[in-house]
Amino acid sequence: MKLSKKDILGIKELSQDEIHLILDTAESFLEVSTRKIKKVPTLRGKTVINFFVEASTRTRTSFEIAGKRLSADTVNISASTSSLVKGETLTDTAKTLEAMNPDIIVIRHSAAGAPHMLARLVRQSIINAGDGAHEHPTQALLDMMTIRMEKGTLRGLNVAIIGDIAHSRVARSNILGLTMMGANVTVCGPAMMIPRDVVKLSVRVSYHMEQAVKDADIIMMLRIQLERQNDNFFPSDREYARYYCLNSNNIRLAKPDVLVMHPGPINRGIEIAPDIADGAQSLILKQVTNGVAVRMALLYLLAGGEE
Amino acid sequence: MSSEEGNAMKTAKTVMDADGIERSLTRIASEILEENKGVQDLVIIGIQKGGVSLAKRIAQKISKSEKSAVPFGILDITLYRDDILTSNKKPKLGITDISFSLDNKKIILVDDVLFTGRTIRAAMDALMDFGRPKLIRLAVLIDRGHRELPIRADFVGKNLPSSLWEEVAVHLTESDGVDEVIIEEG
Repeated sequence: MKLSKKDILGIKELSQDEIHLILDTAESFLEVSTRKIKKVPTLRGKTVINFFVEASTRTRTSFEIAGKRLSADTVNISASTSSLVKGETLTDTAKTLEAMNPDIIVIRHSAAGAPHMLARLVRQSIINAGDGAHEHPTQALLDMMTIRMEKGTLRGLNVAIIGDIAHSRVARSNILGLTMMGANVTVCGPAMMIPRDVVKLSVRVSYHMEQAVKDADIIMMLRIQLERQNDNFFPSDREYARYYCLNSNNIRLAKPDVLVMHPGPINRGIEIAPDIADGAQSLILKQVTNGVAVRMALLYLLAGGEE
Repeated sequence: MSSEEGNAMKTAKTVMDADGIERSLTRIASEILEENKGVQDLVIIGIQKGGVSLAKRIAQKISKSEKSAVPFGILDITLYRDDILTSNKKPKLGITDISFSLDNKKIILVDDVLFTGRTIRAAMDALMDFGRPKLIRLAVLIDRGHRELPIRADFVGKNLPSSLWEEVAVHLTESDGVDEVIIEEG
């Protein structure tokens, strides 16, 4: 059993079988994090560089913990501490990192395609931890893992993804993954947050929350990026909340056993009501737990000797 | 079949049948009880995949004869293998399920075939990460020799001298629909 490629750049590059392999492996890794000694010797002597050019707490911490639980040496580089602030190009930084002989480089970058460029430049395995508004494959994998564990399958499920679809790499990776695995995906948000060509990804589009959540098995809320507020995508967060906040009223339109997800960090009261985020139907913290397992699975599957 | 090449007929020989396996496990279970003087602090751990059903059967035999349930766990040793990073091809991970403390316990580690000893080395390292057992004993259905590490079994169903190019396969009802041990030569 192996992945057919050296890098994890996006869901688009993965096959159904590879996704199943990753999710199966991740499920086995869940148990390691429950042990008294939360560490296995598998990646002893391997070095993983977490190269985060764009700010991140949960994804970087998740990758770091994943690497450490596998006994890899993990090194974190963030934008403010890297030579990029001294004017070094991404290419030069990449070649410098390569020369230090790590085994895997995890990269987050605000520019779409940065991990792909790195993958062509260096011989190490590259994992995309989010590139611009393009893809966030490890988030989609942990979301699919969470859904599969809760519902037993992805096939035939109605999944509503609600929020700023246009700027969300989480949405794009999930759309690609979920449709490939046979789920029925509906995307929903204000018109200016829905990309015009999104229907080409075989999703249903809705501009009304009530329509989108109707009969949903899974509701995936996206974070409204308040830092993008000056782009004026909507008049105010209060108005946004009035139309697109998941709350105890509109959730009733979904199936009775609907489950709620959110990639975090959440804006309480804007895209999701606090009682829903903390409620019994919320999978938000399970997503975080599963995220470590998915990242352990990827590090495990990518690390290895020469063929 | 006239072709000389690529037609190495595998000849399989049954070296243990269902009754033989059953008798061996019964004897192993009673030897364990005799040595341990009962079920006090005893736990049974089966190594994925071949050791799991055997461990379960031994645990059942012990529980039945002592009328006291003995804890049973499953251990997957993949993450502790010493050859895990030599290739990009990765073995499929199995489930590990040890839902009780191993501190001060007397562990009976169970596997189907004892060969190089490398699996047992990995298993012992894994068990140490779950706690500090009082002792670890090894029970195997078949000991086929060819050890590469200083490891031996405490309870053996059958010693089966074999050559390196032979394959010893333990088939069990739970996974293969039949109880038998066969030896195949290439």
